[in-house]
Amino acid sequence: MADQVLDVKGMNCPLPILKAKKTLKSMEANATLEVLATDPGAVADFEAFCRTTGNTMVESKKEGDVFSFVIQHTA
Amino acid sequence: MSSEQNAKSMSIIVTKGALDQAYPPFILATTAAAMGLDVTLFFTFYGLNLLKKDLNLKVTTLGNAAMEMPMMGGHMAMPNILAAIPGAGALTTSMMKNLIKKNGVASIEELREMTVEADVKIIACQMTLDLFDYKPEDLIEGPVLGGAATYIEVATKSDINLFI
Repeated sequence: MADQVLDVKGMNCPLPILKAKKTLKSMEANATLEVLATDPGAVADFEAFCRTTGNTMVESKKEGDVFSFVIQHTA
Repeated sequence: MSSEQNAKSMSIIVTKGALDQAYPPFILATTAAAMGLDVTLFFTFYGLNLLKKDLNLKVTTLGNAAMEMPMMGGHMAMPNILAAIPGAGALTTSMMKNLIKKNGVASIEELREMTVEADVKIIACQMTLDLFDYKPEDLIEGPVLGGAATYIEVATKSDINLFI
């Protein structure tokens, strides 16, 4: 279970990334954030976001129409 | 946002002020800031429109040959002769705003606010203010007034420089 969940279902680029960044910023180091999104572009975008910022993508999966990304706040 | 040393940086010259053309600079600026880059936007010519306190952005199909709007399961382009009819621009603008809402895309107002919140550096072109007779009071708070040299100094130090 992630420490916090962020629901950005229905939002389109770049809102999922912007909201996730804002939430991560308020979280403690090494805490985990689960992002729930419906934007298919978010899959590649969250990977790129993590690689560039140094946060860790712990898990990326799809359940039905919803994508779930678990990101650890390591940056 | 990130003022760490060694942070990557990006600058964008923003020259266009229509509703559709306002998206790329604000999307790239907010995202780059979220990814830790230092970002500078230089608003010049019609791009300066995007800094006005009251945004009343419009879109037109005139001269935009590639523009097609989704309609009744298909896509519809509008020939210039129809696009020139009074009211066609307002109709296209309202269609575009509906599409934006329907697809969960942020409004320009929202993205601009996020740009300012993310500490993106904003330069407003002084020459454009003079040329089109705008006053600094017409603009949102935050822009630095400057010209080409102010931008070039930023560009020489930026990892990414874009012109939109």
